[in-house]
Amino acid sequence: MEENYIISLKNIVVTFDGERVLKGINLDIRDKEFVTFLGPSGCGKTTTLRIIGGFVEPNEGEIYFDGKKINGMPPHKRQVNTVFQRYALFPHLNVYENVAFGLRLKKLPEKEIRAKVGEAIELVNMRGYEGRSIQYLSGGQMQRVAIARAIVNRPKALLLDEPLGALDLKLRKEMQIELKKIQQSAEITFIYVTHDQEEALTMSDTVVVMKDGVIQQIGTPQDIYNEPKNAFVADFIGESNIIDGLMHKDYEVEFAGKTFECVDSGFDPMERVDVVIRPEDIKVTSPENGKITGMVESAIFKGVHYEMLVDSFGSKWIIHSTVCQAPGTMIGIDLYPEDIHIMKKPQEESEEEKI
Amino acid sequence: MRQKLFATPYLVWMLVFTIIPLGLVIYFAFTDANGAFTIENITKVGEYTSTLVKSVWLAVISTVICLVLAYPFAYIMSRRKEHKRRIMLMLVMVPMWMNFLLRTYAWMTLLEKNGLINKFFGLFGLGPFELINTQGAVVLGMVYNYIPFMILPLYTIMLKIDPIVIEAAQDLGASPAQVLFRVKVPLSKPGISSGITMVFVPAVSTFIISRMLGGGANLLIGDLIDLQFVGAAYNPNLGSAISLVLMVIMLLCMSIFNQFSEDEGGMLL
Repeated sequence: MEENYIISLKNIVVTFDGERVLKGINLDIRDKEFVTFLGPSGCGKTTTLRIIGGFVEPNEGEIYFDGKKINGMPPHKRQVNTVFQRYALFPHLNVYENVAFGLRLKKLPEKEIRAKVGEAIELVNMRGYEGRSIQYLSGGQMQRVAIARAIVNRPKALLLDEPLGALDLKLRKEMQIELKKIQQSAEITFIYVTHDQEEALTMSDTVVVMKDGVIQQIGTPQDIYNEPKNAFVADFIGESNIIDGLMHKDYEVEFAGKTFECVDSGFDPMERVDVVIRPEDIKVTSPENGKITGMVESAIFKGVHYEMLVDSFGSKWIIHSTVCQAPGTMIGIDLYPEDIHIMKKPQEESEEEKI
Repeated sequence: MRQKLFATPYLVWMLVFTIIPLGLVIYFAFTDANGAFTIENITKVGEYTSTLVKSVWLAVISTVICLVLAYPFAYIMSRRKEHKRRIMLMLVMVPMWMNFLLRTYAWMTLLEKNGLINKFFGLFGLGPFELINTQGAVVLGMVYNYIPFMILPLYTIMLKIDPIVIEAAQDLGASPAQVLFRVKVPLSKPGISSGITMVFVPAVSTFIISRMLGGGANLLIGDLIDLQFVGAAYNPNLGSAISLVLMVIMLLCMSIFNQFSEDEGGMLL
C-alpha cells in the first residue's frame, strides 16, 4: 500500500440476485482529494459508495482504509460519514440535536458538543435554525443540516450520495461552490456520487466515470473532457458527435467520406473506430471552404451559444456556435486535427472483458 | 358544512351507546336501590382496594411482557419483504380468529394439574407443578390473548420508519443498542403508546381470564363488577361505582404514562 492513499478498492465484485452490479472495481483514493463517481443510473456508483460506507459487503475483493483491510467492519466502526441522497435526518430531533447526534454517541462533554455543533452549523450557514424542527426546513436547509451532521464528526472521508439532486438549479450551483469550499477548509477527503457531468467537472480533483459496473476512465476533469477514453465517456461528458470512422494509418482517419489528418496513433491499419467530435470544436465556414457540407436543419438559442443541427448527406451533426446560421442555409464544416478524437469501438472492449 | 353530515350516524351511535350509558353508570354509582343520592357505593369500593391493586398490578406486568415480546418481533416483521410480512401478520392474527373462550379453555387443559404440561414434566419425574389457578396463569392468559393488540400498532408505526434513517444512525457511529434506544424507540413511540393502551385497558378489566385461569383465589376487579350484576351479590349500584372508580384509575394510569413518555422523550425504556 502506498501511504498517501486513504481508501483503496481491489477487484471489488458485487452481485445482487445473481446480477453482477460491480465487475472488478480497482480504485485508489488519495487523502484530502475530491473524487467523483460519475455515471448513468444503475452504473454501480452508489453501490461503490455503500461499500466504502459499510452498507454493502462485496462478494469478492478487498477494501482498504488507511492501509488496513476493513472488509466486514460494520458501518458504525468506520471512520467515514455519509450525506445521504434523501438526507435521512432524524425526524424526532431538531436541527441542533441532529448535528449533535454523532458527538453524543461519543459521549463528549456537553461544552465540547456545543462548541463543535456551533462551528458546524456556522460552516453550513444555518445559524439561527438550531431549535427548528426538521419538518419545517426547505430542501436546501435539510441538505445543509445533513452535511453539518456528517462533517461535525471530522470523518477522514465524507461520502456524498447525489446530495444536490433534489435542489433547484440555482441552489445547486451555490451548494456546489460551498461544498468545494467546505472540502478545502475542512481538509477532508470527499467522495461524491452524481450523474450530473457538469457537477462532476466543476467540483472534482478526480473523476471516475462508470458504466455497467465497470470503471471507464479515471482522470482529472480536464483529462476526462479533453481526452475521453471511449465513445461512452465522450458522450456522457457533454454532447458529442460520434461518427463511424476508418483508421487508414497512424495520424490519418477517414470518416464522412473524407480523409482527415488527426493526432491519434496506435491503431491497426484499416481498423474501424469511433470518431468523437465536440460540437463546440466544429468550425463553420462557407460551403466551398469546408471539407464537409451540410444544410442547417434547426438552430436553437441556448444562452451562451446556438445549437445547430446540420444534415450532411443523411448524417446529422450537432454544432455549437455563437454565430447563428438560419435554417435552410448551406454551410461548410472544417475540423482541426487535434479536435478529432479517435476511440476504439466498444464491441472490442466487451470482447476483451469476456476474455 | 355538508361534510359534517357524514359524521352524524356515528355521533348518534356515540350518544346512544356511549354518552347515555356513561351517564347511567354515574347515576347508578351515586344512588341507592331506591334511587336516592348517596356516596356510600363509592366509599364501599375502598373495601376492595387489594383487588383493585392486584388488577392494576397484573395488568401492568402483562403489558410490560407484551411490549418486551412484541417490540422486537414487530420490528423484524416490519423489515421483511412484503410476502413474508403478510405471512407473519397472518400468524399474529390467526389466534384472534379462534373463539376467545376456546383459546382460554385450551390453556386450562394445558395448565391443569394433570394437563399436558405437567404430563410432559412427569415423563422426567418432575412435578406436578401448581400451574393453573395462579397469578402467573392469569398473566400468561392476558399476554396470550392481548399480544396481537401490542404487535399491530407497533408494526404499523415501524413500517413507517425509513431504513435510511437507521443507516444514517449507524453511519454516525451508533452501535445496534444505540440505534435502538436513540432512533427506533423514539420513532416508534406513538405505536408504543397505543399498544400499551390497547393491552392495558382490557387487561385491567378482564374477568374471564382471571376466572378460568386464576381460579377463585385470584378474583380481579372485572370479576367483582361481574358479580354485582349477574352474580349472587346482585348490587348494580355498587357495580357501577366500582366501574367508575376503575375508569378513573385507568385514566390516571394512562395520563401518568403519557406525561412520562413526553417528558422523558426517547429514554422512556
